[in-house]
Amino acid sequence: MNNFWVVLSHTYLSKIKTKQFIISTLITLALILVMANITNIIDFFQSDEDVKETVAVLDETNELSDTFKVTIGAINEDIEIISSTVSEDELKKDVLEGELDAYVLLQYDGNNLPKATYYSETLSNSSLSQNIEMALQQLKMSLAANQLQLTPDQLTLLNDPVEFEQVAIGDNVKSEEELNQARGLVYVLLFVIYFSVIMYATMIATEVATEKSSRVMEILISSVHPVAQMFAKIFGVALVGLTQLVIWLGGGYIALRQNMDEMTGGFFSFFGFGNTSISTIVYAVVFFLLGFLLYATMAAFLGSLVSRIEDVNQVIQPMIWLIVIGFMLAMTGLGTPDATYVTISSYIPVFTPMIMFMRVGLLELPIWEPVLGIAVLILTIIVLAIFGARVYKGGVLMYGNSSALKDIKKALQLTKNK
Amino acid sequence: MVLKIEHVTKRFGNFTAVNDLSLSIPENEMFGFLGANGAGKTTTFRMILGLLEATEGKITWNDEKIDYSTSPYIGYLPEERGLYPKLKVSEQIVYLARLRKMNKVDALIELNYWLDRFKVPEYKEKRVEELSKGNQQKIQFIAAVIHKPKLLILDEPFSGLDPLNVEMLKDAVKELKAAGTSIVFSSHRMEHVEELCEHLCIMHHGSPVVHGSLREIKRSFGKKNLIVNADFDLTFLKEFPGVTKTKTTSEGVTLQIEGEHVAESILNKIAGKGFIRKFVLDEPSLNDIFIEKVGAEYE
Repeated sequence: MNNFWVVLSHTYLSKIKTKQFIISTLITLALILVMANITNIIDFFQSDEDVKETVAVLDETNELSDTFKVTIGAINEDIEIISSTVSEDELKKDVLEGELDAYVLLQYDGNNLPKATYYSETLSNSSLSQNIEMALQQLKMSLAANQLQLTPDQLTLLNDPVEFEQVAIGDNVKSEEELNQARGLVYVLLFVIYFSVIMYATMIATEVATEKSSRVMEILISSVHPVAQMFAKIFGVALVGLTQLVIWLGGGYIALRQNMDEMTGGFFSFFGFGNTSISTIVYAVVFFLLGFLLYATMAAFLGSLVSRIEDVNQVIQPMIWLIVIGFMLAMTGLGTPDATYVTISSYIPVFTPMIMFMRVGLLELPIWEPVLGIAVLILTIIVLAIFGARVYKGGVLMYGNSSALKDIKKALQLTKNK
Repeated sequence: MVLKIEHVTKRFGNFTAVNDLSLSIPENEMFGFLGANGAGKTTTFRMILGLLEATEGKITWNDEKIDYSTSPYIGYLPEERGLYPKLKVSEQIVYLARLRKMNKVDALIELNYWLDRFKVPEYKEKRVEELSKGNQQKIQFIAAVIHKPKLLILDEPFSGLDPLNVEMLKDAVKELKAAGTSIVFSSHRMEHVEELCEHLCIMHHGSPVVHGSLREIKRSFGKKNLIVNADFDLTFLKEFPGVTKTKTTSEGVTLQIEGEHVAESILNKIAGKGFIRKFVLDEPSLNDIFIEKVGAEYE
């Protein structure tokens, strides 16, 4: 077997066998499963408790409370209405003590139409008061229609909602709803890219520094070319990352499939998973891989410069900052994906993986834009790989510490002397 | 299977690490590299391994350049520990052996053989960081020889070992040599080189100062050691013509003399003065030669 594959498979297998990998994968998987089942879990804890809300009606009209009860029942069957005859003070007490969620004082106004006052301890439960207001509105409508002696047809005419349609005139523009959905998905995927790139790039730098500090490097590069070794390592760790992603996404997908019914609407559709755009996922994978390659190559040669594992953090710090800045720009850009600074920074290779992905996910870009971004990125990766390989080749044989820049120069010189 | 180093010079910037080194190491030979720290030994080894390229000159093995195609035939034990601290012994030996084109099954068989031979079979599933320095060195040695290399490069193989383990490793080295492996090794310990090597080279500031077979080196050195133990005072021999160095011991003196003829005149001089317990003319030790050539600052 080619030594490239020996190094690759060794890197891959030894990484996925570590406790660290197994534990972090399982914890995250557990977290994903919890998130996917969140509605079930909430239901589980709520099912036994009083989901029913009790509202007392103090009917001063003496005739509306029954109709009101029926109307409310049609709107929300979890609201229980009890007609009350006790005094307001008594009801106030009951509300404050928690026996009642609220009480409503039902009266006639000057036109002999219903009006009401809603009393509750706080006004935080707005859905309850909204439901009651809605019911009252319907009640008032039907009473008013009665007074005006409208036919049922006329009533329907009145009640029919207006036809209102939104049309975007520009080409390739996403509707507001689509944009919100895409935003949710892009948001989640940006996080995935951000965390994985930082995590795996650090993993590579640490790995290289470990081999260097333990001097295994000397044995390794006497049998594998340093460049082959560097790329075998990068791809090995990339495979580790993909394994982890497949486990997570697979677990998440299965969990979501099972809960599909309960999950439609609400949180779920907010994050745009309902009708996930395939192209966004494809772009996410492409930009994840390219971003990984870019930063992994950088991490590998930075890792080759230090002699002790303790120095790894210090030397990859500037790289981490680049990733953080890219992430911040992408996050602020989520709100204004068509701002000029977003467009410009999406072509700066170190930011492209996150920002171009964000743009392509949110805007309907002409195809040449992401293609140009990807091309610039690939070109940068190639240049960085050639440069990185030269630094790596010299760097792995260099011990002692001085400043990073000087080290890069020295490492290049060592390679040139070869 | 001849390793040839021809007029090799290695410069790092302005610093010359190795200066015009020429050597030839035949098959089935054990070749010793001596030199103080920074004398250029490790740089030379790295050039032999192809880790560094010579600034001038060339290194060939069987008239071929040493590169990644020859690496399966070469074994290397670096001076400092070169193992993964977190990996199990079996995992890393198999990994390193596979990089030298050996398959996993053979590597495990060989590993078992060597672990048994070094009397440490229980370390197979232990992580390297759990082992003592001496035991790590054994594992390092196994990593260097597991793929049965034809050329074995040992950089300070015996450092950090107790005398029993030194013997164990020495026996293994001798056996490999008898099986036809060419071995190049470096050491600070003169007696190891004296015991194991036919040919050697003493490096000083990157240049070879002494080079050749052990016997020739000793003969051409010219000077001899003379040990005289007697019941009377021998300190006057310090001034004797032809004596270059004197060391007083509890029982007499050890002299370094310019040749056999000086011993003869000394014997004539002291004969009859009293009882002479010991009068031995000895070959110079490698240690003497080393000190003479490299300078007294190094023992």
